[in-house]
Amino acid sequence: MTDLSQSPTLAPQRSEIEPPIRRVIREFALSKIAVGALALLVLLVLAAVFAPLIAPQNPYDLAQLDIMDGRLPPGSQAMDGSVYLLGTDTQGRDMLSAILYGLRISLGVGVVSALVASMLGATLGLTAAYAGGRVETVIMRLVDLQLSFPVILVAMMILAVLGKGIGNVILALVIVEWATYARAARGAALVESEKEYIEAARCVNIPRHRILFGHLLPNCTAPLIVIATVQIARAISLEATLSFLGLGVPVTEPSLGMLIANGYQFILSGEHWISVFPGLALLITIVAINLVGDQLRDALNPRKGA
Amino acid sequence: MTMWLIRRFLQAGFVILAMTVIVFIGVSVIGDPMEMLVAPDATQKERLEVAAALGLDRPLWQQYFTFLSGLAQGDFGRSFIYGEPALQVILTRLPATLELAFTAIGMSVLVGVPLGLYAGLYPDAKTSKAIMAGSIIGFSLPTFWVGLMLIVIFAVELGWLPASGRGDTVSVLGLQWSFLTLDGWSHLLLPALNLALFKVSLILRLVRAGVREVMPEDYVKFARAKGLTEGRVIFVHVLKNLMIPVVTIIGLEFGSVIAFSVVTETIFSWPGMGKLIIESINLLDRPVIVAYLMIIVLLFVVINLIVDLLYTVLDPRVRIRTGA
Amino acid sequence: MSEAVLSVRNLRTEYPTHAGTVIAVRDVSFDIAKGEVLGLVGESGSGKTVTGFSIMGLLETPGRIAQGEILFHGKNLADLPPKEMRSLRGNRIAMIFQDPMMTLNPVLRIDTQIIETILAHEKMSRRAAWEKARDALGEVGIPEPEARLSAYPHQFSGGMRQRVAIAIALLHKPELLIADEPTTALDVTIQAQILSIVQRLVAQYGTSLIWITHDLSIVSQIADRIAVMYAGRFVELGAAGQVIATPHHPYTSGLIGSIPSANARGQPLAQIRGTTPSVLNLPTGCPFRTRCDHADEACLQEPPMAPDPAHPSHQFRCHHPLALGVAQELEPS
Repeated sequence: MTDLSQSPTLAPQRSEIEPPIRRVIREFALSKIAVGALALLVLLVLAAVFAPLIAPQNPYDLAQLDIMDGRLPPGSQAMDGSVYLLGTDTQGRDMLSAILYGLRISLGVGVVSALVASMLGATLGLTAAYAGGRVETVIMRLVDLQLSFPVILVAMMILAVLGKGIGNVILALVIVEWATYARAARGAALVESEKEYIEAARCVNIPRHRILFGHLLPNCTAPLIVIATVQIARAISLEATLSFLGLGVPVTEPSLGMLIANGYQFILSGEHWISVFPGLALLITIVAINLVGDQLRDALNPRKGA
Repeated sequence: MTMWLIRRFLQAGFVILAMTVIVFIGVSVIGDPMEMLVAPDATQKERLEVAAALGLDRPLWQQYFTFLSGLAQGDFGRSFIYGEPALQVILTRLPATLELAFTAIGMSVLVGVPLGLYAGLYPDAKTSKAIMAGSIIGFSLPTFWVGLMLIVIFAVELGWLPASGRGDTVSVLGLQWSFLTLDGWSHLLLPALNLALFKVSLILRLVRAGVREVMPEDYVKFARAKGLTEGRVIFVHVLKNLMIPVVTIIGLEFGSVIAFSVVTETIFSWPGMGKLIIESINLLDRPVIVAYLMIIVLLFVVINLIVDLLYTVLDPRVRIRTGA
Repeated sequence: MSEAVLSVRNLRTEYPTHAGTVIAVRDVSFDIAKGEVLGLVGESGSGKTVTGFSIMGLLETPGRIAQGEILFHGKNLADLPPKEMRSLRGNRIAMIFQDPMMTLNPVLRIDTQIIETILAHEKMSRRAAWEKARDALGEVGIPEPEARLSAYPHQFSGGMRQRVAIAIALLHKPELLIADEPTTALDVTIQAQILSIVQRLVAQYGTSLIWITHDLSIVSQIADRIAVMYAGRFVELGAAGQVIATPHHPYTSGLIGSIPSANARGQPLAQIRGTTPSVLNLPTGCPFRTRCDHADEACLQEPPMAPDPAHPSHQFRCHHPLALGVAQELEPS
């Protein structure tokens, strides 16, 4: 180690001029699978955002549905001559359109809950790390308590009390997720606050909140981003589960989980496309996010590479 | 050791007490019990009568103590749906859930440990890489979706196994058990597999990491130097060291198996308390919800205690620490 | 000298890695006679432990014996079927390790760990095996062996654990014991105890002993012969007295010079300059030449192992041997 630092010519030249973001991109690109997953994810997000423009029909405009087209298998022709690529549900709704709209809700719920939970969790975690003492004890005990119960159980109970609704689902997800971020943020901040630049910032009397959010937070973002990626996948999966159980989103705003639940009763009679295609969409989304998250963790790990 | 036990029991009691407060606040303060108890078209007078009858007009802390003393006597109120004591409704469903959970845990150990051992002993083998890739998928798949796929494949397409119910049961000690009949097993297999899949991934990763950690240890080399067979080195010297993390994770995950049985029981119409709780939530059967929550909390605390005790059996080093 | 128990011929052990093949041991040859004590001396990374593991047939993957023979009573261990090798290990060839805190399995009781070794090589009742285990603990000076048998390793001190390991290794009165720095991790007083236990039992059983160490002063007390290793090679091999008194290789001489007690009080300690080169990046020719005061163009060619004309059993690997060398010759000017 000391030998290397004494002879700078041995250190890779690249890292000295390469900005960190470029290094992360380069490291990320090392895995072809992860790049493919990222491309797929971008495609899914675009499809979700522009669903109203690209979907063959608006699945929730009853005027566009024809009950005569109910439960058609994939590839069937509609009464008006168009083709239902992925079949239809009981009400003659085009499954492809329903999936695109469902993806919108699933991704939306996942991303929003992860954003809110990460902000809440990071703030509490950083506060705990920086304040120490009783504040830290209280926050971390809460974290421990939260993490000792399975998320699905807690979310279920919250929704049992609050009732269905997208807002309530997001709230429940935030409540079960914040603790993970808080613990990670505190851990990262504890390591970081040992370092001399924080000590220096303290010495020149920079206000506490400036140190917290101006100095500590930027240096804790890498682990938080990795956790957030994985947590989005978990949130989407959890939302789907809750909706499947009938505790999540309302019937009027069906997410992928809800679509799967709607098709569930037809599975035994062999009309499994109503459940299977939304399920596949859900699966691809979750696996893609996890693959991206995995590679991101490696790429953001500062010990690797430079 | 005794002091340690007493301290552990006190801690457990404290956790249970804390959870009664949270449950009470959840059900009585945030949720409006009146809404659950009174018909929507009830008059104001009827509402007040019900409130008075249930003590809902009294101060919160008094309500809490009424609630608590009820709990202490095992009185959770009567189920609105079944007309029986809520606790009894739950307890009659408990064996089915426990049967499912234990079968799933057993499966995940029986499958996860050998796969993890293999992947750890031969990390560069193609099979190991396939196992590890499979475990990532096992982590990613939502339980309910796997359940549906199992039904589509094994019940609908292949027609090998039934998709719902418990099948024939045998009564032992006044409780019904499926695992004692062949038909019962055929009903148990799919839901248990569904519940086990995630845990298999977890356990196999844990075991693999453990093997990779233990194999280079000197005591493994010394065991080889003693001339022991490779089988004895792996199954006694390595595996016994791995049992500590495996038992811990089984204990900690048992709670999550119970929680996820809600999903599996709903999909496979398994008549356990998970299916019951979903029905109760949908029908706003408040006493059953409360009873379920308290039983779950109790279960968690007991499991944690058992894991701690098992620890001391498995790891002689802990025994010393707790004794001191 | 009687017939050799172990006879190593041109041993070469390699570790293929991503950065290239590491040759951990190369061109190592020696014999060890019945009851003889061979001191194997070298710095960490010199290949002495790998030599021991090569003999035991316990190289970690991807390590492998690339060349040479390890003849145990004339049978080549390098290509013995694993099953036969296993029945020799812990039975006729045994090994003890450096760190006694790590050699015993923390979750198994002492009796389990001893009895399994007995039953791996002998057919006998558990009762008889238990008695044998108890006697073995008594032999290495563990008080109350009956009671200690049912204890766990963490209930023993480091010295006691090493005694247990020695008892296990010597259960079947092996013909060869490889001791890999078994006293390095222990306190000085305990070191002496362990040393004397091993010496006594080895003499009693007629066991040949390879004592691996980086500490020349220990070896000079117990060894009949000394082998000095540097960068995977033997650089000097001979009777202990001769090697210590008249080292021919500058490296050996340097090692002797850096023993504190070998120097006069007030004199600065002699030292070997530089650091051990990485095995991946050895200098061409003699691997010691970059640290040697006598190096010249001749040293660009690796010297062969050559005998001292006066004492043919005393061999060295150097172009510029310190013919009648004494420690002072190498002192920095």
